[in-house]
Amino acid sequence: MNQSRRNLITTGLAAAAGATGLAAAGKLADQYGLLAPDSGGIYGPGEALTYASQKLLTRHSLAREFRRDQISKVPFVNGPPFQAAAFKAMEANGFADWKLSIDGMVAHPGTISLADLKRYPSRSQITNMACEEGWSYIAEWTGVPLLHVLNEVGVLPQAKYVVYFSMDKKWWGSIDMDDAVHPQTLLSYGLNGGELPVGNGGPLRLRVPRQLGYKSVKHITKLTVTDDLKKFGAGGSYAWYAGI
Amino acid sequence: MADANKLRHHYVVRLTHWLTVLCFFALLVSGIEILISHPRFYWGEAGNAAMQPLFVIPIPASRATVPTGYNFVLPDQNGWSRFLHFQAAWAVVFVGLIYLVGGLVTRHFRRNLLPAGGDIPRFQWPTEAEGTSYNVLQRLTYLGVVFVAFPLILWTGLAMSPAIASVAPDAVILLGGQQSARTLHFVLTVLLVGFLVGHVAMVWLAGFRKRTRAMITGDSE
Repeated sequence: MNQSRRNLITTGLAAAAGATGLAAAGKLADQYGLLAPDSGGIYGPGEALTYASQKLLTRHSLAREFRRDQISKVPFVNGPPFQAAAFKAMEANGFADWKLSIDGMVAHPGTISLADLKRYPSRSQITNMACEEGWSYIAEWTGVPLLHVLNEVGVLPQAKYVVYFSMDKKWWGSIDMDDAVHPQTLLSYGLNGGELPVGNGGPLRLRVPRQLGYKSVKHITKLTVTDDLKKFGAGGSYAWYAGI
Repeated sequence: MADANKLRHHYVVRLTHWLTVLCFFALLVSGIEILISHPRFYWGEAGNAAMQPLFVIPIPASRATVPTGYNFVLPDQNGWSRFLHFQAAWAVVFVGLIYLVGGLVTRHFRRNLLPAGGDIPRFQWPTEAEGTSYNVLQRLTYLGVVFVAFPLILWTGLAMSPAIASVAPDAVILLGGQQSARTLHFVLTVLLVGFLVGHVAMVWLAGFRKRTRAMITGDSE
């Protein structure tokens, strides 16, 4: 048997083993919650690998926290602020009427006012806000851990994702339960010791510091707890998982 | 078909070479598209349009928030660019692993890339005649690309990831910060493009058809 025939057979066997292995790996990944919701399509393999590997790696990790002297002088505002009339009216009123509604797979769906959110135990952390475009800033974020709010409403055991919606209808996002209950995932209302400015997502922004900035959606008004993201979509044209 | 022992390049080298070419172009094109959204570079942990850049690429940007001096904004291509960039990065890592294992098993590194003791690295113009072995400068360049530039571009790429930074903060701090990692990622890209230009120029001088055929079919004749 010549070299090239042997090579061909070896390659064929390797490919068959690889395909079988991949199918088994996919099934196993899904079973352990390691399969990204956007792991189909031509860019599916890359997304599946990134999500599964980073999820395994980051199971117990905390986002980097920085010293006070590392805080950026300007917490960069990305583009013009949200201009809707209803939003401007609430802003003029000091966001006294801002409410967060929670529905889906929870025992007690309902609405929490911003004032009540501020009465919950708070956490402050100096983290890097890194945008997928390449820029970043370091700032101190203050807010209530999403976990606390989820415990208040009682998440049902079959829940897998938390979907969060901006008052700006163009924006929404979702994270898996591991990220939702992560101690650094905050419903944030404070920045660098003051109120969270509107340009940075005020009065309420979901801060997910182990992912890129586009997962930290601004002007949050609603949370939906679910086990299926199909009816919500990824929320934009970027990858669903942004730990990269 | 020539005897396997007399082939110019082992099939693992040929396969991984062309797969790397494919991945490299996917990474380069998508990388340029991502760069266009913020063609400014910084040193340290944080950097944005309100901060002093280390250097600026004088091109228009795909975001209105970046001060470029141009009065127009390019279309945003980051959707497919980012998907392609990370998929190609995974692909090139697997190709690299195949090359590494193949190179060790076939003794490719020891036989073809490590310079022999006493060899002096000096530039030699490629000739049509020397088609069976690499010269010393060539060996050192290939070793540098494979064992220095490739791991570094992977490291600097991963150091930009907030998730990876949460697991291995020192991997970011060692590079000088997340923005430094981004800047180094760009510098390494420029070096690799420089290598590509030099490599293709040398192949051209050595006889483009013959050398390219050798890298496809393995034939040295």
